[in-house]
Order: sequence, then structure tokens, then C-alpha cells
Amino acid sequence: MQVSYYPGCSLEGTAADYAASISAVAPLLGVELLELEDWNCCGASAAHSLNHELALALPGRNLTLARKRGLDVVVPCALCFNRLKAAEKETAEPAARPVRIWDLLDFLTQETFLTQVSRRLVKPLTGLKAVAYYGCLSARPPQITDKPDWENPTAMDRLLEALGAEALDWSYKTDCCGAGLAVARPDIIDTLVGRLYDRALAAGAECFVVSCQMCQANLDLTQSRISEKTGMRYYLPVLYFTELLGLALGHPGAAGWLSRHLVDPRPLLAGKGLL
Amino acid sequence: MESLTTEGLTPSTALPARLAAQFSVSPSVCYQCKKCSAGCPLTFAMDLLPDTVIRLALLGQEEALLRCRTIWVCASCVTCTTRCPNGIDIAGVMDWLKEEAVRRGVAVPQPEVATFHRYFLDSIRRGGGRLSETALMQRYTLFQLRRRPNLAELVRQLKLGWELFRRRRLRLWGPPALKGRQDIRAIFEKAGA
Repeated sequence: MQVSYYPGCSLEGTAADYAASISAVAPLLGVELLELEDWNCCGASAAHSLNHELALALPGRNLTLARKRGLDVVVPCALCFNRLKAAEKETAEPAARPVRIWDLLDFLTQETFLTQVSRRLVKPLTGLKAVAYYGCLSARPPQITDKPDWENPTAMDRLLEALGAEALDWSYKTDCCGAGLAVARPDIIDTLVGRLYDRALAAGAECFVVSCQMCQANLDLTQSRISEKTGMRYYLPVLYFTELLGLALGHPGAAGWLSRHLVDPRPLLAGKGLL
Repeated sequence: MESLTTEGLTPSTALPARLAAQFSVSPSVCYQCKKCSAGCPLTFAMDLLPDTVIRLALLGQEEALLRCRTIWVCASCVTCTTRCPNGIDIAGVMDWLKEEAVRRGVAVPQPEVATFHRYFLDSIRRGGGRLSETALMQRYTLFQLRRRPNLAELVRQLKLGWELFRRRRLRLWGPPALKGRQDIRAIFEKAGA
């Protein structure tokens, strides 16, 4: 199956690890990702905070490119997804066949893929206790995202169960980590992310699983700083769902992707006999 | 957070009229249930609660709103908009106020946030369509150092940069030149950004 792929700027930089796991896992499920040619930045929080027109025109150009290509678009970044959907709502659909904009997590957890995955498990993630952390913008607001389950999404939980891991229930699945303020107001992040660590631990989790690279960076890059500040010595690796998918399906690159996080998940996974 | 009273305020109709024209649901349908503030994860860093922002907007209190900290520490998580029983786009109103504050040259109480956003957009424009995270962070770090020289913070930043670099997550060269860089320039010009 061919789809257009809109990686977004950070997957070319700080989230190169996410990009690598996505490119490796998609073909395992028979998905061919065709990078949308000449895509541009969606403008992110900066554009919607400072210039409403720009915040629609930048993703609007990507939407035009995608409609010309005529394939559904898959987007890993929650904010890029949200902005592309916002642009879609603002413009009339010109094509006879509408192009659907997918958030990568939703796309890869369609029933057909979940069935495939459970049948082809090489290394079930038995004993891994995780909380699925969805963040904000792949879900909210539903008028833009068209999601039916914005308060309690379950796609990642269902995937984790299919992979053999234990997806723990917790109430902070879609609570904001504040990633947009990570650079300008790190003190605010310490409070928001510290709260997520504590809630994840209270649920009995050993790690977070995420689908948004901003959530990943915000929970991973800050962990030593927050540990230092609170004296808590947190050890909560932050894994991409695609990394666990690759690991469970036996992709040889998995250990390599995992080595690129700041909070090293390898001791946790090795302790479970998964690496 | 200061407790707020609307006593003694002189209402003005200009701002509510502009907001009613801008948004598909006019903020005037607010019945002050405060669900927006109850679900907001950022209230600890705000000077006005989200419901107060809407209330003051309806009373036309532009001065207070354009100078408040709340609009800049709002993380745009959109929980307020999502849960508003009347369908008011509260996060959208926050964005509208930010844009208006910058356009009018109001002294922003959170220059870090406003400057980061502006550098972000500059980076897209200069790069011809895509963001260079490295260039953005270099420029922002210099801005912060000029404002408040802090050696420990600089060391922390450099250490983080190194940790990312050795994991091949720091792209030192800029983004690729887009074929459509003229489109990008036109988009920026038209939007006045």
C-alpha cells in the first residue's frame, strides 16, 4: 500500500531516531511511505501564536502538494498533523477523490495491521509495563482532528497489548507536557513533566510509549534535569511505538534506534530479555 | 494569582464585537461554568484564569488582556476549547490576543516566548521553507545570554547539544533548498510575517 509521508522538520533533526524506526517498520507491514515532495514546515506553535494567516497558508501549501499527489497522507508529528487538518478544514476539497490525512499512530493501528502484527510476533514484549502517552494535538480539538475518542484514546494501548506488553490504565494519557514552552519556559516543563513521571510511576509503569516526537523529547531530554531538581532519580525511558513494533517484529535495527535516546531504555529491555 | 473583581471596570463593546466577527462561535455565549479553567494544566503559571480572560474580553478590557502573562504561558493544548460546553474556541482567543499584542507593539510580559516564536518563523523564512532546529537554538541561546548571562545554563545547553550530536540527532547543515522557495517567500509576504 502506498501513502504520502509528511515527516516534518524535527524528524530531519532531533527526532532522526523516530524517523529511522518509522522507515524501518512501515515496509514490515507492507506500507510504502512516499515522502511528499518539496514539503515545507507547518509553522507550528510559532505561526498560530503570531500570525493566523501564516498558520493556515504554510500547511495549506502541503495540503495542495498532497492533493496533487492523490494519496492519503501519513503524519508522525502531532502538531504537523493538527496544522494540516486545520488547513484542510479551512479550504474546500477540490479533488474528486478526497485525500485523507492520517496521524501515523491511527494509521498503523488499523485492525488489519494489528491482526498482522499479532500473527507475526517474533519477540513478544512480555512483562513490559508501559503507559501509553498520547499528548495533546493528535487528539484535540476533535472538530479539527476528527477523532472519536479524544478524552480516552486507546489505539496505542491496543497496539501494546497486541505486542504482548502490559498497557497500564492511567488518567494522564492526553495531559499536556508543555513541549511548545520547552525552550522558553523550562521551569514550567519541570512541573508539567514531573507530574507525568509521578503519575506514570503511581500507575506502576516502567516506561512511557509515545507517538509524538515533541512529547518524546520533552519527557526524555529533561529527565536528568528534573531528577536533579526533585532529588527523585527517575528512570522512565520514553519509547516510540514504532520502536517497540520493530523490536517485537524482530527488526535488527531496533537496538540502534534505542541507543539514541538520552534516558537509555536498553537496561530496562535487556532486563526483560527483550534485547 | 490575584483575585479579580469586575467592579469599577468600564465596559467597552469594541473587543467583543471584533471577537464575534472573528470566531464562528462568539465568546459572548460564555456562561462562566469555568470548565476551561478547571481542565487547564497551566493555571499554576498564569496571572488570569482562562475563564477570566473570556470574561474580560466580553467586557472589552483590551489593556489588561494584551498585557497579561496568561496568553503567553498557554501551551496551546486546546483542552479548554475541546471541553467548552458552548463551543467557544478559548485557545483560539488566546492566539488572537497574542497576535494582537505583538501587532500593537505592547510590552509582552513573557519576551522569551514571543521571541522564540519570532525566531522560529524567521528560521523557516530564511531557510526557504523548513526549520533549522540548530540555527534556531543558537540564535535563541544568544538572545538569552544577552538578557541574562548565565554560565551554568550555557554549559547545560552545550552539554545537551553534545549529547544529541553524538547520537546523530543534531543536524549541523541547514534544511534542503525547496523548489517552492518562491512560494514560501510569497506566503510570508502576503501574511506580513
